[in-house]
Amino acid sequence: MPAGGKPPAGYLMEVCVPPIIELKDIYKIYPNGVMANKGVDFSVNAGEIHALVGENGAGKSTLMKIIYGMEKPTEGKVFVEGVERHFNSSRDAIDAGIGMVHQNFMLVPSFTVAENIVLGQEPTKNGLLKKRQAIDETLQISQQYGLRVDPEAIVDTINVGMRQRVEILKALYRGANILILDEPTAVLTPQETQELFSAIRKLVDQGKTVVFITHKLREVKEVSDRVTVMRKGKAIGTLPTEEATRESLARMMVGREVLMRVDKPPSERGRKVMEVQNLSYVDETGRRVLNNVSFNIYAGEILGIAGVEGNGQTELVEILTGLRPATSGDALVNGNPVLNKTPREVRMAKVSHIPEDRLTNGLALEASINENLIVDRYFRSPFRKGTSIDYKTVRDFGAQSIKEYGILTPDGDLPVASLSGGNMQKVIVAREFTSDPELLIAAQPTRGIDVGATEFVREQLVQKRTEGTAVLLVSADLGEVMSLSDRIIAVYEGEITGVFPDAESLGEEELGLYMLGIKKQPAEEMEVLL
Amino acid sequence: MSFDVVLRSIFSAAFLASVLRISTPLILPALGGLITDLSGAINIALEGIMLVSAFTGVIVSAYSGSVGLGVIAGVISGILISYVLGWFHLHMKTDIILAGIAINILATGGTIFLLFVLTGDKGNSQSLASGTVPNIHLPFIQDIPFIGRVISGQHVFVWIAFLLTWLVAVYLYRTPWGSHLRAVGENPDAAETMGINVNRTRMIALLISGFLASFGGLTMSMAYLSFFQREMTAGRGFIALAAVYLGGRKPWGTLAAAILFGFADALSHQLGSLRVPSQLVQTIPYVVTILALVIYNLREQAIKRDRQRKFYEQQQAEMGSGGGL
Ligand SMILES: Nc1ncnc2c1ncn2[C@@H]1O[C@H](COP(=O)(O)OP(=O)(O)O)[C@@H](O)[C@H]1O
Ligand SMILES: [Mg+2]
Repeated sequence: MPAGGKPPAGYLMEVCVPPIIELKDIYKIYPNGVMANKGVDFSVNAGEIHALVGENGAGKSTLMKIIYGMEKPTEGKVFVEGVERHFNSSRDAIDAGIGMVHQNFMLVPSFTVAENIVLGQEPTKNGLLKKRQAIDETLQISQQYGLRVDPEAIVDTINVGMRQRVEILKALYRGANILILDEPTAVLTPQETQELFSAIRKLVDQGKTVVFITHKLREVKEVSDRVTVMRKGKAIGTLPTEEATRESLARMMVGREVLMRVDKPPSERGRKVMEVQNLSYVDETGRRVLNNVSFNIYAGEILGIAGVEGNGQTELVEILTGLRPATSGDALVNGNPVLNKTPREVRMAKVSHIPEDRLTNGLALEASINENLIVDRYFRSPFRKGTSIDYKTVRDFGAQSIKEYGILTPDGDLPVASLSGGNMQKVIVAREFTSDPELLIAAQPTRGIDVGATEFVREQLVQKRTEGTAVLLVSADLGEVMSLSDRIIAVYEGEITGVFPDAESLGEEELGLYMLGIKKQPAEEMEVLL
Repeated sequence: MSFDVVLRSIFSAAFLASVLRISTPLILPALGGLITDLSGAINIALEGIMLVSAFTGVIVSAYSGSVGLGVIAGVISGILISYVLGWFHLHMKTDIILAGIAINILATGGTIFLLFVLTGDKGNSQSLASGTVPNIHLPFIQDIPFIGRVISGQHVFVWIAFLLTWLVAVYLYRTPWGSHLRAVGENPDAAETMGINVNRTRMIALLISGFLASFGGLTMSMAYLSFFQREMTAGRGFIALAAVYLGGRKPWGTLAAAILFGFADALSHQLGSLRVPSQLVQTIPYVVTILALVIYNLREQAIKRDRQRKFYEQQQAEMGSGGGL
């Protein structure tokens, strides 16, 4: 190479410089005997955006935790910038310029943004905290990397997007050159995802290297330079993103063709199950979130709600399931009012609910799988025996559900927290489907879960509907809404902007105009279709 | 003595001075409870630690003839016991509540046993010549009417209690260690990934609580009384924990709550001179503790309900006035 001349970056990377991170033949066996990584080779080049994809439980997080020093490999070697390293804790990895944003946020809720960012490396004078300096430094790196945060806001009160920016800034504050993001988009709205991607690009422009884990193949195509696919603890392959297609990646991930289209028999619409009339909701801050919403759901149909996230869907579902009081309006299930009732009363009216946030509303993480499967019915026969719970029946029921719904676990008495995201969702689906609902309200039923589990949940939804259950489907995944629904309602800013009785013949662009509030059907026309 | 005499005496300087004196052995352990509670490993062995320190202080001061050595030994014994608790909980992974209960029981029985071995008496240590810490007379201030008689002439532990409250507040909210401690209590995973050693932080919190509680114990046997008496802490280590919650898990709030309990205790002493059954009077501090906690919770709920109600009213008003639906 000519002395002094600066060769093109790509050439330099491939020929001279070793990968910035290289893992060789990594094995990881957890104390409970799970072998999460089985001989993984993995390398990341300096300055690239490297996507890591794979089903839930494939071992992606484990591999990243090994790089970040949180887990020690049972066997294998870790090289950072060509030097072999043995990290004893994340502290060591941080010192080596590695930062990681975890799947579940690692923030202290009662602390301010700035306090969280400087945690563990606070600026001090004579042993006392310099709060002003922490705020200033936060502002400064926030501006440098274009990650907008409010340094003095209490973390408990900020939204998910900002929490994630705080996490990234935490790593950057510690001088991270290599940033690992574990499923950063799973909790983000589409807009927030876009903001995150532009932030990632900006980071790479400033010389950082980014590894990010995702389930969404669209995102891989959109933002990454190279992609590595993992399956069942092994790295199946790494390829430049241009050479990858969504189909080929999906095939590598699950080892078989994934059904992207859902086969479903035609809908046989039955009687009216739910009737929502002039429902309105004003939130704590006085914002009008839902404005005079009316619609019906019939037995044997899936009614899909299409809308950009944050247009009132979350609140609508929470109101209909008893988690949030309505401001005005009515909602009836089989003629019985369900508004402003407790969740149990709503469930007694034969309503099931797959909540949007499975970690807080869907499951009790520390409770066992079996217990989670019966939380909505432990007080009824056959689970109740006198004043106590009949655990034998519970176990039998658990074993049967685990088998029927393909929940991957050796034992139903293990805590739900030990399952991967996809399997957690299967626990919820099993519970909600076995309660024999007449109305099923499914919010983001496949968000953040792997391809196999997604396919399973979708099939189950269609099956329930074919058996005669009324289904309300709310999803940020437009493809999902369009392929599953029999009828679609478009919402924009808390109002219904259009009703489409024949979901199949509808074009994505056409629907988009209603979702973005550009078009709106006349009221008379909608009334007939609702 | 009639009731109005009692009433008048409550508002006397002597009574307020006694409130401060009686509150001290609550304030000190309560601060220790606060720190451990915030660190996520609450020390419920405060009672036992106080007992052991009270005992050790008396014995060492009696045998060495030095009050200073007695105090030092008492403090060291308190720290050692909290270290044992920390070792069981953090290294052997025992439940901290169970380990705490074990220590409390051991301390009650152990102090009585050793008292008997050393003095031949199972009741108290009055046969030993142990010392007491000095009282502090403030020049000039003691001449101020009323106030002078309240705050001057108190024993040093009263002053130490207030000083330590301030130090604990500074520690928790102004230093990085306090910030780490609170982070560990709230989200240990977050702290861990930022390179903060969770176990070490909790151990330090436990040791500090041992230090603080031991002062509470020494107050009992080397200031408030001048000898050790079996079970002399009489549940103060638990009331101290109640003070932590009543005080909103904040240092100055905890201090205020401890003084409230001290007030109730002092009151029961005053009323003891009335012709009321003494057993009934002695329940006052405990009844006040329960009442205070109940009122505290009711108030919290009322505040929440009130917020909710205002919110609805506001919404109704908006809906009525001009949604223009
Ligand atoms: N701390 C742990 N202890 C035991 N098993 C674990 C632990 N963390 C993950 N596992 C198991 O290891 C496997 C891989 O998990 P993980 O790395 O989280 O996968 P991914 O991130 O690809 O979804 C899963 O079967 C999971 O249950
Ligand atoms: Mg993972």
